[in-house]
Amino acid sequence: MNAEVIGQVHKVVLELTVKNHAGVMSHVCGLFARRAFNVEGILCMPVGDGAESRIWLLVYDDARLPQMIAQLEKLEDVIRVERHAANRRVFERLEEFFL
Amino acid sequence: MQLNGAQLIVRLLEQQGITRIAGIPGGAALPLYDALSQSTKIHHVLARHEQGAGFMAQGMARVSGKAAVCIASSGPGATNLVTAIADAKLDSIPLVCITGQVPSSMIGTDAFQEVDTYGISIPITKHNWLVRDVWDLLEVIPDAFRLAESGRPGPVWVDVPKDVLTAVIELEALPEPACRDPLPLVEAALVERAAGLINAARTPVLYLGGGVIAAEACTAAVALAERAGLPTTMTLMGLGAMPVDHELSLGMLGMHGARYTNYALEEADLLIVLGARFDDRAIGNAEKFCPNAGIIHIDIDPAELGKIKRPNVAIHGDVARVLEQLSTKVLSNPRREWVARVNELKRAHPLALPGVEDPRSHYGLVRAVADLLDDEAVIATDVGQHQMWVAQAYPFRRARQWLTSGGLGTMGFGMPAAIGAALEQPERTVVCFSGDGSLKMNIQEMDTAVEEWANIKVVLMNNQSLGLVHQQQDLFYGKRIFSADYRRHTNFQKIAEGFGMQVFDLDQTEDPRALLAQALKTPGPCLIHCSIDVNQKVFPMVPPGAANTEMIGG
Ligand SMILES: Cc1ncc(C[n+]2csc(CCOP(=O)(O)OP(=O)(O)O)c2C)c(N)n1
Ligand SMILES: [Mg+2]
Repeated sequence: MNAEVIGQVHKVVLELTVKNHAGVMSHVCGLFARRAFNVEGILCMPVGDGAESRIWLLVYDDARLPQMIAQLEKLEDVIRVERHAANRRVFERLEEFFL
Repeated sequence: MQLNGAQLIVRLLEQQGITRIAGIPGGAALPLYDALSQSTKIHHVLARHEQGAGFMAQGMARVSGKAAVCIASSGPGATNLVTAIADAKLDSIPLVCITGQVPSSMIGTDAFQEVDTYGISIPITKHNWLVRDVWDLLEVIPDAFRLAESGRPGPVWVDVPKDVLTAVIELEALPEPACRDPLPLVEAALVERAAGLINAARTPVLYLGGGVIAAEACTAAVALAERAGLPTTMTLMGLGAMPVDHELSLGMLGMHGARYTNYALEEADLLIVLGARFDDRAIGNAEKFCPNAGIIHIDIDPAELGKIKRPNVAIHGDVARVLEQLSTKVLSNPRREWVARVNELKRAHPLALPGVEDPRSHYGLVRAVADLLDDEAVIATDVGQHQMWVAQAYPFRRARQWLTSGGLGTMGFGMPAAIGAALEQPERTVVCFSGDGSLKMNIQEMDTAVEEWANIKVVLMNNQSLGLVHQQQDLFYGKRIFSADYRRHTNFQKIAEGFGMQVFDLDQTEDPRALLAQALKTPGPCLIHCSIDVNQKVFPMVPPGAANTEMIGG
């Protein structure tokens, strides 16, 4: 996998398709927080007619990531989880807003 | 028909087959209680603490395998439920918890008895809802049951603002009650590989967790063990899956397993793990657990596969379904040599039960109770030394015979869970082995037990101490016993009498066995009191961080 390498630690981008309602962000962020897995970046916007949202997560690729993905997939409001290399430049394109 | 939200909830619960609910009313839940008062199908059990209500619901669910319901009001009602719900999450018990919430317009204003129930319940449930519109109930309530019971069971939480409970809607008909989701398809190629590994194994061990009971796969698991000559161990949650006196049974593994059990596992070349999650109390130091064994892991929860131990074959599926396919491909093989080796280990390193002849000693009391009951009885426990003594010494032979707080290890679980079980299955005798520390955590539910005339027998193993803490301080903290022993003697007999319970004191009799027999035969709730030596230990014991083979004592 051609993940971006930053100081030897790979970053990957997760693309979540979720049901769009208040609370789903708590479910997703809470999952990472209580399993002590850092989220470096997070973006969320409704898609299509607004019934669904897309959440982009920037995370480090460590040995626990498959377990995190498995736990994400169990969340009732999470419809789909896709894992991309960091070349999915979602976060880079936003960098100018964080300067 | 015209219904308000509360009436709609009650109708949907009735339709789901619910006949008994445990809870405590309060402001935000009053519309729900008003609707419940009009139900002819649902009996409300008034608990004395919401945690008690949660554990009563657990007792109902644990003996029936079906989702049970508990309810509470907003704020402190909801927070009091938290421990019981978290307990259900860790032990995969299906519960539907419904709470009242402050009116929608007041949410977020720090209103009286407002807490963020939705936020609080996220990490301790399978799923949760804050219902924002009365129409949503039509979907949420059936979904709540579907989710609680489907796949890996667990608790769900529905928080309903008061205005949603009182909003009136006009309906043609109720939605259909929920059914469980279809079971996942089993990959035949994986079953084939698993069968291949089993057939080639020389010293395989079957490892049964609570998932085998949840999947009602005990008969199939025992059949597989018999077909393939598989010595079989059970986790704390799996006890009852195979009768402990079955010749292939190795009993419970782990922290307080028998020496022969942990030694036999050490010699295993293959573990066939069904519906279990490699809990640290079961496997000890994970790296050192079964160093020479390949692993076949079968579980309904895909996130458990590979979480702790990397399996050679991982099968996501319902244990009963997988066993159906697996059993045709596993060759019949008595594995005489391996079974003989295991029997040799059993003889050389048996489970020591000191004092078992004396019905007023720790192991002796457990066995004396067992001698007076048949397998139809239900055995609940609290948490502590007494729990482990029961797990080690009681001859469990039936799924759902054993109710204990495994994952969360919650003191206070026992008596309310026993009440729930007794109300759900009134034909059974329900025994709750409790400790003096644990019993004090939900002692108010004695009142509920008497009011409902639940057929529970609370066997209090009174060492006037938080015995398991005492044991740890004695063994691992330089004998500095601190905040473990109670300085004052509590008169439990008087307390129980005060609540209207019958009391039998084994300390005060010439013939403890006769008194015990009389107590167990007397219908209705009673307390059976027995003093236990505080210096008795749960042995053997795997010290924290050690491998399972590095047991002390026993
Ligand atoms: C709610 C809760 N608080 C604290 C503990 C920690 N703890 C585990 S066992 C135990 C002592 C239990 O005492 P008792 O019920 O008298 O049982 P015994 O060990 O004496 O048989 C304690 C304090 C716990 N498991 N649950
Ligand atoms: Mg005690």
